[in-house]
Amino acid sequence: MRSMSQFGNDLYTGKTSFPFVGRRRLWFIIAAILVIGSALVPLVRPIQFSIEFTGGSQFTVSGLTSPDQLIATEAVQSVVPDATTKVTTVGDTAVRVQTDQMTSDETRDVTAALGEAYGVPESEVTSSFIGPTWGADVTRQSLWGLAIFLALTFLILALYFRTWKMSVAAIIGLVDVLIITIGVYALFGFEISPAAVIGFLTILSYALYDTTVVFDKIRENTSEDGEVSGRTFGESVNLAVNQTLVRSINTTVVAILPTGAILFIGALWLGAQTLTDISLSIFVGTIVAAYSTIFVAAPLYSLFRENEPAIKARDERTLASRAQARVTA
Amino acid sequence: MATPTPVRHAWRALTGLLIVIAVLFGINALGVYVFKASSWTPELALDLQGGTQIVLQAQSVDGSEPTTEQMNQAATIIRQRVDASGVGEADIATQAGNQIVVQIPGQADEETRNRIEASAQLQLRAVLQASAPTNDFVGADGERTPFPTPDPTLPNTPSPEPTNGSDPAWVTPYLQAEFAAYDCANPTNDPANAPADQPLITCEADGSVKYILGPVELDGSSIDDATFGMQQNDGRWAVSLRFDGEGTRIFGEISQRLYGATPPLNQFAFVLDGLVLTAPQMNQVILGGDPSITGNFTQESAKTLADQLRYGALPLSFEVVSSDTISATLGSQQLQIGLIAGLIGLALVAVYSLIVYRALGFVIIASLAVMGVITYLAICILAWRMGFRLSLAGVAGLIVSIGFTADSFIVYFERIRDELRDGKSITGAVEDGWSRAKRTIYISKSINVLAAVVLYVLADATVKGFAFTLGLTTVIDVLIFILFTHPVMQLLARTRFFGEGHPLSGMDPEALGAVYRGRAQFRSPVIAPKSSADRRAARSRGEAARRQTIAERKQAELAAAAAQDAKRTPGSTKGGDD
Repeated sequence: MRSMSQFGNDLYTGKTSFPFVGRRRLWFIIAAILVIGSALVPLVRPIQFSIEFTGGSQFTVSGLTSPDQLIATEAVQSVVPDATTKVTTVGDTAVRVQTDQMTSDETRDVTAALGEAYGVPESEVTSSFIGPTWGADVTRQSLWGLAIFLALTFLILALYFRTWKMSVAAIIGLVDVLIITIGVYALFGFEISPAAVIGFLTILSYALYDTTVVFDKIRENTSEDGEVSGRTFGESVNLAVNQTLVRSINTTVVAILPTGAILFIGALWLGAQTLTDISLSIFVGTIVAAYSTIFVAAPLYSLFRENEPAIKARDERTLASRAQARVTA
Repeated sequence: MATPTPVRHAWRALTGLLIVIAVLFGINALGVYVFKASSWTPELALDLQGGTQIVLQAQSVDGSEPTTEQMNQAATIIRQRVDASGVGEADIATQAGNQIVVQIPGQADEETRNRIEASAQLQLRAVLQASAPTNDFVGADGERTPFPTPDPTLPNTPSPEPTNGSDPAWVTPYLQAEFAAYDCANPTNDPANAPADQPLITCEADGSVKYILGPVELDGSSIDDATFGMQQNDGRWAVSLRFDGEGTRIFGEISQRLYGATPPLNQFAFVLDGLVLTAPQMNQVILGGDPSITGNFTQESAKTLADQLRYGALPLSFEVVSSDTISATLGSQQLQIGLIAGLIGLALVAVYSLIVYRALGFVIIASLAVMGVITYLAICILAWRMGFRLSLAGVAGLIVSIGFTADSFIVYFERIRDELRDGKSITGAVEDGWSRAKRTIYISKSINVLAAVVLYVLADATVKGFAFTLGLTTVIDVLIFILFTHPVMQLLARTRFFGEGHPLSGMDPEALGAVYRGRAQFRSPVIAPKSSADRRAARSRGEAARRQTIAERKQAELAAAAAQDAKRTPGSTKGGDD
């Protein structure tokens, strides 16, 4: 693929360059719109929480030839007359029935009734009962995990890059990813399940990884070149992002190919809800993560550093000598 | 430039990798053939093989958090109960401080479920009164009328002060009225968490008798063992108990008190979950701490009672917070879906790698294959040593990690290409690209491992499985990067095909902007060098100028001319506008 490597060459030398830093005001406005929009989505479309968070009972009847939803409602009501039931068809051969919380006796009876109604052995009926505290526990632990993870990450990045400003930029980028991804989730009415939460946590890990790779190139361009680079700080950052752009594209593609495969296969086939939930959040998150690193984290870092007196002075010198070169040439 | 050292390093690294694989293989072979505990296929979690998962949450009476010791003891007792019910390979673990996860392969029958869920404390109380479970009476009008709820003004403090657990003084007028109105079938009557130092109104577990019982005199923890067997003399089934030292002493006192008392005061109730399991009469004074209970037992009911008494001494009571049954068909189907998705994902990544990196794509594919072998072996060994079970979330983690793993190669290959663009020889680019890429890989992968560890420590069972596979593959990824990908690149750089930058090799310097000048040598590119390496070279050139050969000086002049070009087009670094 000559065009791809030619593109890479041009980005590397600076012949082609996208103004990720130069136009950062625009990118920040876009990012702000995305984040605020994502935060507002739940007001219009409340976030759907799966049964694991709300509590209730769920039955899945698999191995059916023609899943008729009405049969399920009748079967459940024959056991618990006033139960509210939500029946969905999964794939071509299964139905999922969600009801209020049932006692274990009721669960057994409903399982039997469903098996009988659909004419399948009881072993084909999957049941789960989830108490309402379950989801709350999962959420609480996830939030703890998130907080500890962010704190440790902040520390490690600050130690490695020897500036806390990269840590701040990286973590703002991370929060950006999380909010937008959850916004997309809410917008399309996808349910947030524990599997989706796993996905979100993975995205955090991935987004940070992605940012670190790009930041490492920034560190190289801004520190090792030092005084003689002939570039301003912002230009160095921008060049780094451009130089790693081909990598960012390739990484994103390679990361979403298998995830997309899970998503596609999981959505087509019945019952693979865990796979669909995990891969959906990762799929969305991976793309947002690449965007966020390039358009938010890196320009933000440049913004944070540019006003440091030393960097400011050097940038001014660079610009002055460049102006002089232009005049003499 | 080409020294034999990298080649030696490369072969050493590859040998190291072979040793790692051989050792892992050997460890698992040892587990399979010598210890007979491991297997060549990974252990599957419940959601992939089908089964029942019940999550129980500890409920302490005073609301305090249970200690780890209590939880472990409770888990042990539940494990014994499940094992006693004849279910094989149950997996019982504590989680999140106050939960116990019970996983049973296959569908749990009702009896097993009850056994697990009936997780209350076993109490031993003396019987004060017993009657039929009715709660109504035939009044003067000849109709059945339920007893009224007790008048709260009735005295409810025993007087005189009771002297022992069988003292009828416990039964106050209020308690008597409450007993009369007590309905065994009413689910709001929940005697499970009644105070231990007070009398208790409750019923036989099947609702056939209702009782007033004295305060708790012994609890399940004083029972050392309970067995069942057929009695020699009359062929009836009996359950035999053995108390511990303190239990023997107290039970001896009780039996002296109860033996010969007027019925029902000679009965002694075993209470589980607030309900009476059995309330046998004391037929003799038992000072040896080894009573046996006879009654109309069948073999089955004797066994159940023995189990309940033996394992009934949970230090905490539990509530079911979630319960899942996954059919085996659904489980294997999920696994199948996961594997198909994984294969498709792998194929897509392979195709993309070949398109973008040409022949180098094969290095990515080979690396992923090695990765697959090591991960597979690691999962088998971890299943054996740590009880690791591959769940659906774990499978998803493995598939997702394909993409994340391939990324380390992308970082490396892009670095090599950058070095080639700077005009380095291929062997040089492989070495320099490596020394730069590895820093990036180390820091970014350690962030990933950190995330996995935090997730693993804090999260519940589902997330744990996922975090584990994610962390595991990240570590293996770095291992392969060092022991396979880099050495292979070092060796490939010395082949004709790659070393001369064949257009299909993925390392064609010409396509990468460097200018080809002969066998494995490249002149600096005409385009202004922007990389730090070249600038460093330019800087050192001045100092080295005195020691230059003519050829080197010409080379330097060429570079200087190039640098001059660069100065004339200062906009080139600014981006976008030229």
